[in-house]
Order: sequence, then structure tokens, then C-alpha cells
Amino acid sequence: MHPAPSVIIFTTLSGLGFGLLFFLGLGQPAVTGFVAFVFYAIAYALAVGGLLASTFHLGHPERAWKAFTQWKSSWLSREGVCAVVALLVMGLYALGAVFMGSHWSLLGWIGALFSLATVFTTSMIYTQLKTIPRWNMELTPAMFLSFSLAGGALLSGAEALAPWLLAIAGAIQLAYWAKGDGAFARSGTTLGTATGLGVRGDVRAFEPPHTGTNYLLREFVHVVGRKHAQKLRMIAFALAFVLPLLLILIPASGVVIKHFLVLLAVASHLAGAMVSRWLFFAQAEHVVGLYYGKR
Amino acid sequence: MTQLPQSTERKMGLVIDLDTCVGCHACVISCKGWNTENYGAPLSDQDAYGGNPSGTFLNRVHSYEVQPADGHAQLIHFPKSCLHCEDAPCVTVCPTGASYKRVEDGIVLVNESDCIGCGLCAWSCPYGARELDMAEGVMKKCTLCVDRIYNENLPEVDRVPSCVRTCPAGARHFGDLGDPDSDVSKLVAERDGMDLMPEMGTKPVNKYLPPRPKDTVEDQIDILAPLLAPVAEEPKGFLGWLDKTLEKI
Ligand code: SF4
Ligand code: SF4
Repeated sequence: MHPAPSVIIFTTLSGLGFGLLFFLGLGQPAVTGFVAFVFYAIAYALAVGGLLASTFHLGHPERAWKAFTQWKSSWLSREGVCAVVALLVMGLYALGAVFMGSHWSLLGWIGALFSLATVFTTSMIYTQLKTIPRWNMELTPAMFLSFSLAGGALLSGAEALAPWLLAIAGAIQLAYWAKGDGAFARSGTTLGTATGLGVRGDVRAFEPPHTGTNYLLREFVHVVGRKHAQKLRMIAFALAFVLPLLLILIPASGVVIKHFLVLLAVASHLAGAMVSRWLFFAQAEHVVGLYYGKR
Repeated sequence: MTQLPQSTERKMGLVIDLDTCVGCHACVISCKGWNTENYGAPLSDQDAYGGNPSGTFLNRVHSYEVQPADGHAQLIHFPKSCLHCEDAPCVTVCPTGASYKRVEDGIVLVNESDCIGCGLCAWSCPYGARELDMAEGVMKKCTLCVDRIYNENLPEVDRVPSCVRTCPAGARHFGDLGDPDSDVSKLVAERDGMDLMPEMGTKPVNKYLPPRPKDTVEDQIDILAPLLAPVAEEPKGFLGWLDKTLEKI
């Protein structure tokens, strides 16, 4: 799949933003006043910034509101609905925390739930696609959710939880890569089943329909950079999990140093998450590539 | 409305005969022409006369080579367009309701004024039957020529999809695949019509007729051939000497 920057930015930033909103909704940290304002500003900048970035790849962004209508059948529509509900509810909760110094915990719980639901529905947009076997696995939502929770824990300063969540997310990431590598072969789809001619012998793409390229090839057959996949995986893993873990486990005295280390950890985690998300797209093979003798 | 109908009154679709298709691409051109001049946004081209041309097509013809375990390889031309699936994933993923399947004839269509061009439906189609138009920013796909098949302004013979009307080899057939007594259904039954990627669970309405088995060439069919066997296998005499000497150099 073509790794569009808008979609990579969207899924990583909003994943982190909604992860932070989840922890804020649960009252972790139970901040009020100006500190709360800063926390919510960061969370909203990430979540809303990500959502805006996602509209850049639309052909008609001005009609994007229509995407709220089909929540009964479409995961993309459900994602839009969950995101708006989460942002509205958490907005009310934030008002209480910032201006009234109070935590309306029921509202916070609902907001936290919808924040996680947003991340889950995002992941289901990819998971539902049978045409991309590497995404069509239970590990896909697990990966999106664990990234979001680990990032959220880091950002919200949940010291006790963050190392565990990072470790869990790292393990899920490894499992996702290991299982994903065999997914296409396991799906059983080949040029033979795609053309129905497989029963007659070995099928080989002889001539493409056109000499030039087309939308399908640009969108679904992305082979550039796949050869560096192993190296990029190591970089992603080190940046997203290993380095942040080391940074937050360093015994540091002094609030300033501690905050600085956490900041570094968050930056490293986000960079790693982006590399991982780039790979998520670049390594995903769509079955339509078979018709062109490509993957 | 992007929920799929429980069932459709008819299942209009195409039957494509891989045995007779000669790979002339006439259907590709007539489709592009008809659908650029009629229903919906035109099918645009980018850099049409430049070094890297590309454009929107609703029907493309691939060519495949099949090598059986024994015997000769066979070249098969393979037209591909929307299969108007009964369980169309492209419809249910659509967030706006732009993609829908009609109850009356099962045709899968895009309402272009609702489409936001998110591309998700193209991601969900296993067959590459949907293409986002780069000029209009909306999703284009085969409409089964809805603007022809019911069009009373056209002579009756023209009330079929443009590709079917055009095919000079008669490799494309149009009809109701939901009616077991229709010509297309009989053709499918007779020739073992098949689904593409049945494992995807899309239940395509369009069917493909596999190529008929080719004639086989017997080991020895020419009774004169033995008489034409070369007389001298090894050159003798002067030629033999020349051959050996040249070999040594
Ligand atoms: S062929 Fe593709 S676009 Fe056509 S109905 Fe099936 S899934 Fe949808
Ligand atoms: S590109 Fe258009 S038709 Fe396709 S899923 Fe998006 S809104 Fe629906």
C-alpha cells in the first residue's frame, strides 16, 4: 500500500492524542487549572491535528460531514462519530477541570471510553479489509490500542503504568510483524484463484492492460523501500520501545531532569511509532497486485 | 445507504468468455468513450500525450500465460471490470452512503455528489474494479451502463452495456444471472462459469467462462516424416575430417 504521509501522521498523532485523553478522563493525572489546560491543549492538538491531516487525502474534503451518516455499516463512519463524541465529552470534562477545579468523573469515564473506541474503530478500518491479509488479523487492533495506551501513559506521566504498557506494546508489535509476514501466503489467494485459471497450470502475468501506470498500481503496489524493512523494523522498535523504556527507568533526581527525560521518551516513542506506521502501510500487500504480477 | 440489500429482484451482470476473447481491447475503448460522454464525471486522463500517461478506466484487459504440467503454454486474454458482487465489501465500507447496490437489478453504483473520495471502497475491492478519478476526486466504477440498458431513446439492440455491444468476438454477454432460465445463466451452467477469488466471499455476479480444452498434438501424425529423417547423422569423408579438424582448433 502507498504509505501516504497524511494517513501516517493522522494515525500516529491522533492515536497518541486519544491515548492521552483516555488517561486524563480517568483522572490520571488529576490536574486542574492551568496545568490541566496545558495537558488538554496538547491532547486536543494531537487528536484534532491528526483528524485534520486525515482529510488531506480526500478528493472532496468539503463533504466530509457526510461521513458521519453510515455508522451502521462503515467503520470509517463509526470512527468519525466516536471521535466527535470523545472530543465533545472530554471538552466538557476539561472545562470542569480547567475552570472549576472539579472532576466530573462519570463524564471522564465516558470520554475515556469513547477515546479508546476511536482508536479501536480506526484500527478496524484496516482490519476489516480481507484484500490486505497483513491487516486482516486480530493483532491489528491490538497493536493500535497498545501503541495508543503506551503513548498516552508516557505523555500523561503515568510512571507506574508506562513501562508495562510500553513492554506490552513492544511484544504485540513483534508478534504483529512475525504473524504478518506469512499472512498473504496463508490467505490462499494467488494469481491462480484471482483468474480462476490456477487449476489449469501455472499462471503468469504476460501483459499488463496498459503500458503506463494507473491509480491501482500507485495506491496498492508499493515496493519501494520494502527491501530496507528489516532495518526499519529495528529502528522502529528501538525508538518506540527500547529507548523510551530506558529513559523513563533512569533513576533521576530533580523535577526538571525527570520532565526532560519523559519529554525525550515521548519524542522517541512518537518517532518510532511513525516508522512502524510507515512500515504498516509500505509492507501491506493488496491482492489486486496479483493481477499485475506484482505484490 | 451503504447497507447491502437482503436480496435483489434481479442480478444483472456480465458473462465473459475467456475462450473467445481475442484481447483486442475494443471493450476498453468503447467503455471509456461511453462513460466519458455520458453518465457522471468524465473518465479523465493525466499527461495523456506526455511521457507518463495514466487515466481512469472502468474496464481493463490483462493477458496471462498458463503453463500446464504437460503440454503447451496457453495465452489467455482477461477483461476485468466490476463484478457487481452480491456481498460487495465496497458498499459496506463506504462512510457517506455514496456507494450502494440497487435492489431492483443488483447494480453497484456510486452517487458522485455524495462521494468524498476517501478511496476506502477501492481498498476493499479485491478485483481492482474501482478507480479514483484524479481530476474529479470521486470514485469511478462500471455502472453496467445504467444509462443504456433502460434507455428507450436507443434502438433495442443497443440497450446493452457498451462493452457487450462492441466486442467483435462475441466474448461478452449481458443478462439476468438471478434467473436460471436466462441465456446467460444457461451459458454459465453449460460452460462451468466460474467466480474470481471465491475465497474473498464477495459472491460476484459476473461469471467467467474458462477456455475450452485445446486440441492435443499426437506424438506422430505425419506418416511421411520418417522418410524425411536426415540420411547422414555424422558427416563422413572430407566433411568429416573438416568437422573434426575445426573442432580441435
Ligand atoms: S467487483 Fe469490486 S467494486 Fe465491484 S461490487 Fe465487487 S467489490 Fe465492489
Ligand atoms: S471513495 Fe466515495 S464511494 Fe468510495 S468509500 Fe469513499 S466516499 Fe464511499
